[in-house]
Amino acid sequence: MSRHSTHIEIIDEYFEFTLADLCQCCTVQAETIIDMVEEGMLTPLGKSPSDWRFTGTAQRQVEITLHLQRDLRVNLPGAALALELMEEIDRLRSQIQIKG
Amino acid sequence: MEFKDYYEIMGIKRDASQGEIKRAYRKLARKYHPDVSKESEAEDRFKEVGEAYEVLKDPEKRTAYDQLGSNWQQGQDFQPPPGWQDGFEFSGGGYTEANSANFSDFFEDLFGRAGGAGFQQGPQPGFQLKGEDHHAKVGVSLEDAFHGAERAITLKMPEVDATGHLVTRDRKLNVKIPKGVTQGQRIRLRGQGGPGTGDAPAGDLYLEIDLLPHSIYTVDGRDVYVDLPITPWEAALGEKISIPTLGGKVEMKIPAGSQSGSKLRLKGRGIPGKRKGDQFVVLKIQAPEAKTEEQKKLYRRMQEEMNFNPRSRLGV
Repeated sequence: MSRHSTHIEIIDEYFEFTLADLCQCCTVQAETIIDMVEEGMLTPLGKSPSDWRFTGTAQRQVEITLHLQRDLRVNLPGAALALELMEEIDRLRSQIQIKG
Repeated sequence: MEFKDYYEIMGIKRDASQGEIKRAYRKLARKYHPDVSKESEAEDRFKEVGEAYEVLKDPEKRTAYDQLGSNWQQGQDFQPPPGWQDGFEFSGGGYTEANSANFSDFFEDLFGRAGGAGFQQGPQPGFQLKGEDHHAKVGVSLEDAFHGAERAITLKMPEVDATGHLVTRDRKLNVKIPKGVTQGQRIRLRGQGGPGTGDAPAGDLYLEIDLLPHSIYTVDGRDVYVDLPITPWEAALGEKISIPTLGGKVEMKIPAGSQSGSKLRLKGRGIPGKRKGDQFVVLKIQAPEAKTEEQKKLYRRMQEEMNFNPRSRLGV
């Protein structure tokens, strides 16, 4: 079966998720996202949870955190550290690739 | 069906203690975790290790597996002997957090499927649940990321058939890759995931962009880099030269006195988007070989005229 897809969205740094959107697409309770915000892993725009706006990259961060917790029994601060280190490794890898 | 040597997969001996099995699993799970690992085939290895651990950590499943004997080789054609699981009660239950949907046919034939019969019963009347979101990677060339493209992709979709077994079905989709996608970015196709239950909507399909390596360009986010070989005289005297970009050739002035490694920016010539990327041109001076006597003379003349020691900073 072949069909054309019309509703295409780029989930990038300009994309905005509300707290409810993020919970729905990551299949998590709001408490999980709130814990990640309090841990400093996600930095939404807006003052209170009902105003929060997350960028598209938050979705991947939530998913990686859930996977690390489930598969490697990493707690939230550990997952926060792992995410920061993974970001740093990606940055260094790009630099190495550019310097060839 | 291929035999799976769970001991070999986990790199342990057949008489390994439960503690050794646990330690081997944790080490391999960290090494091959698909979110962390850059090893090739990390995801397949992670699933394989999870399946091996599912069997070996459970004394009952391990005993049953061990009684198949130690003469089987990894990958060898295998059928379970009739009545082999007599006396064991693991079939259809006793699973942990590992995602058993990813386990091999070999595992399913030996130990059954997780969840039990009730798991796959039809929906209750009035029950509604949004369909599952599906995820897949799609390889995209840098040219397609720059210009946008339409791509036909084939997805392997898991489905439960009429007999309650999990089967995979090929699903073909024509996907429009929007221009300006970058490495690791996701695009969402609403309603193209798993079907909903009851009147609930279908899930979404997420495609993760994997930019394919390019023969001349490298990429960092939206910025594109190209190494540009130039002659010593172009570097010394300056020259207007032609530069390849993803949008076509452009003319660029190399300033006089340029050095190898100098980086020149072509603003807005990188990957497009709300913030346009730039293209960086990294100069690489290439000295021609002196082949003829005339050419050698030219170099000797330069040596006399230039009074140049590139190693002066090294004190030699």
